[in-house]
Amino acid sequence: MNTPGTPLHLAVEIGGAGRHPAAWRLPDADVAGLTGAAHHVRLARAAARGGLDLVVLAEPCAAPTGDPDLLEDSLDAVAIAARVAPVVPGIGLAPQVDVTHSEPFHVQKAIATLDLVSSGRAGWEVTVSRTPAEAALFGRTPARPVAELWLEAAEVIEAARLLWDSWEDDAVVRDAATGRYVDREKIHYADFEGEFFSVKGPSITPRSPQGQPLVVVRADDPEALGVAARWADVVRISAPGVSQAAAARLEVQAAAAESGRDPSGITVLLDVEVLLGGTDGEARGALAALDALTPGPDPEGVQYVGTPEGLAALVGEIVRAHAADGVTFVPLTLPGSLDAIVDGVVPLLVGAGARPSTPSSGTLRERFGLSRPANRHHAEVCP
Amino acid sequence: MTRPQTRKQVHLAAHFPGVNNTTVWSDPAAGSQTDFASFATFSRAAERGLFDFVFLAEGLRLREHRGRIHDLDVVGRPDTLTVLNAIAAVTERVGLAGTINTTFNEPYGLARQFASLDHLSGGRSAWNLVTSSDAFTGANFRRGGFLKPEQRYERAGDMLAAAKALWLSRSAEVGSEAPVVGYESGQFSFRGRFSVPRSPQGHPVLIQSGDSEQGREFGAATADAIFSRHSTIEAGQEFYRDLKDRLPRHGRVDTDLTILPAATFVLGDTPADAAENAERIRHEQVSPQTAIAFLEQVWGRDLSAYDPDGPLPDVDPDPENVNITRGRVRHERDPLKVARDWRELAEAKRLSIRELIVETTARHSFVGTPKQVAEQIDEAVQADASDGFILIPHLVPTGLDTFVDTVIPELQDRGSYRTAYTGPTLRDHLGLPYPT
Repeated sequence: MNTPGTPLHLAVEIGGAGRHPAAWRLPDADVAGLTGAAHHVRLARAAARGGLDLVVLAEPCAAPTGDPDLLEDSLDAVAIAARVAPVVPGIGLAPQVDVTHSEPFHVQKAIATLDLVSSGRAGWEVTVSRTPAEAALFGRTPARPVAELWLEAAEVIEAARLLWDSWEDDAVVRDAATGRYVDREKIHYADFEGEFFSVKGPSITPRSPQGQPLVVVRADDPEALGVAARWADVVRISAPGVSQAAAARLEVQAAAAESGRDPSGITVLLDVEVLLGGTDGEARGALAALDALTPGPDPEGVQYVGTPEGLAALVGEIVRAHAADGVTFVPLTLPGSLDAIVDGVVPLLVGAGARPSTPSSGTLRERFGLSRPANRHHAEVCP
Repeated sequence: MTRPQTRKQVHLAAHFPGVNNTTVWSDPAAGSQTDFASFATFSRAAERGLFDFVFLAEGLRLREHRGRIHDLDVVGRPDTLTVLNAIAAVTERVGLAGTINTTFNEPYGLARQFASLDHLSGGRSAWNLVTSSDAFTGANFRRGGFLKPEQRYERAGDMLAAAKALWLSRSAEVGSEAPVVGYESGQFSFRGRFSVPRSPQGHPVLIQSGDSEQGREFGAATADAIFSRHSTIEAGQEFYRDLKDRLPRHGRVDTDLTILPAATFVLGDTPADAAENAERIRHEQVSPQTAIAFLEQVWGRDLSAYDPDGPLPDVDPDPENVNITRGRVRHERDPLKVARDWRELAEAKRLSIRELIVETTARHSFVGTPKQVAEQIDEAVQADASDGFILIPHLVPTGLDTFVDTVIPELQDRGSYRTAYTGPTLRDHLGLPYPT
């Protein structure tokens, strides 16, 4: 169902008890375990067992409201990724990290360090923080227009990429004869000066295993499209249907070409919300039961409620229509829908030849067909 | 051998060797300073030795000497909190302490990060809270060097009060009520609900390391542990008494505050072996180039033309140029006086530049056989010079191994050291109360 040479990429977004607002009320939701490491290790292991390429660790996209019908508790996504990384091999880990209310220098070294502790499996989904309620939690700046937030996000990614390259790979020399631990000619200031902030550099953290950890940007906002096209390795899109997704993917590719990049280096992943059951009726019944507790919002993107066979067929359709290079499954319930994807859907995709039977074991970049980039400073010296 | 249970117990922590010349990177056994395997090996050794916690310092700007990146010591390190979370995955009991600066963080984000570490480690987190006001470090952050030096303790105090308001606003139950926390002070103004239920320790163990009057008072009022630096028993005792005497005024008792000076150690099979090892390590810590760099820090001048094996410079220090090294922990001193003292010492003992620097800077707290070192540590603790020590080995990642294998059993034989962890959390290891 897939063109040879263009593997189907699979990611899963994990957050809370699942995307559905009532998911936490299900008996298998493990709400009490949500703050414990075991819960997060178990979910990441399930995704790794299925050979998925990437787990996106969701950060809440809004400040807690105090609504007792919602489960609003969560832990820091970078912390979860770092806690999971040493004990769950074989899968990429991309925490969502807000760049609106955080320090670019801190963010880049946290992601570089996640790359170290995961031996080259770190990604970063860049997110912006829109609401006045979130701004009030930090208290430094008022809420700002979305267009401005994404302009700033572009600067944060640019600065992070500069800082990730601020140490050349062979900067640590340990030369006892001259007493030098590093060759300081191979450590560079970033000297980034943007409209929103400046950062001197160099990074405090030496260049990480991947050199440049995988950058993920969601391109749904028109204001985010240019940022994703210019800076992202993986672009997440959501669309109401397969044909709209194909159009969105073309838009990403056109914008990438416009910013001077080769669009084939960018992987576009379509969000698919998922709730699986043994039969279509069972799955629809489960959704109706959840909606009866707390009605979920009308899905803005593709939502699949049905059987593993049906979801595998939908994925095949997405690939055939060139609607995306892969999908990000967004389980409506956890761990139920994730387990059903891993145990029910992935084997069908493997059987159809769309996914390898043994998942690749390299870095996260390699999984997305990206080589380890030469350091920009090294490239200058040795063209 | 049975000893009375009442004997004062020694507390030990392990500082991951960092970016100063204590860390010997030139030794063939020295491993990576950044690979996670080094942190895992080091932390597992600390846990095998039943240490209270491992300690990671923080770096926010590479150190510079004479306007260039200082290249003689270890340079660079991973992000503190991210490594601590990863260490939590490969250890079960040992505490996880990190330095995090209050100047370049806001309370909500930091409270969330530490509460997350505390949850994900099952209650093993500690925060060494520091505050800086230098524009040099500020150049890596949005607000630059915005904080006035005299506002450092205001910032630290407000940060702690704000973080505590968030941490303690919740019960431990996931999904429990999250009341609105409003906070207004000179440093911070925010309002909202905390997204993390109360963590196993209530909040991280709080470590403080300032030695000024203001720092001592802040520590006595707020800290669970003090990371101090005292080279003699007498100086340690003076500090210990001073800090503990301050506690009642803050409604606290002696056992609420653990005092842990930094300490280095060198071991040998015999006293002579240990002395010989110490001498070798001291010279590894002070390479010829490092000796010149130390001298330049005091002189404020380019002294690269001087022979490290030759005599001290005839020229006097340039007291106007005290910022020759930036981004290191500064110890205030008068350069002219230091130069005078060093010249006298060099003349009296006929020391070259390098030997002088070895003599004046590379001192080890404990040198001896395992039995001797155990005695020295235990005696210091029994004499109330401290409650234990934060040990800084000179090697990554194996620098703790011999200590754990040989000194710990000696301390246990003396009845001064635990033979098993008694509880799951760092508060349990330190015998600290839980916040209410």
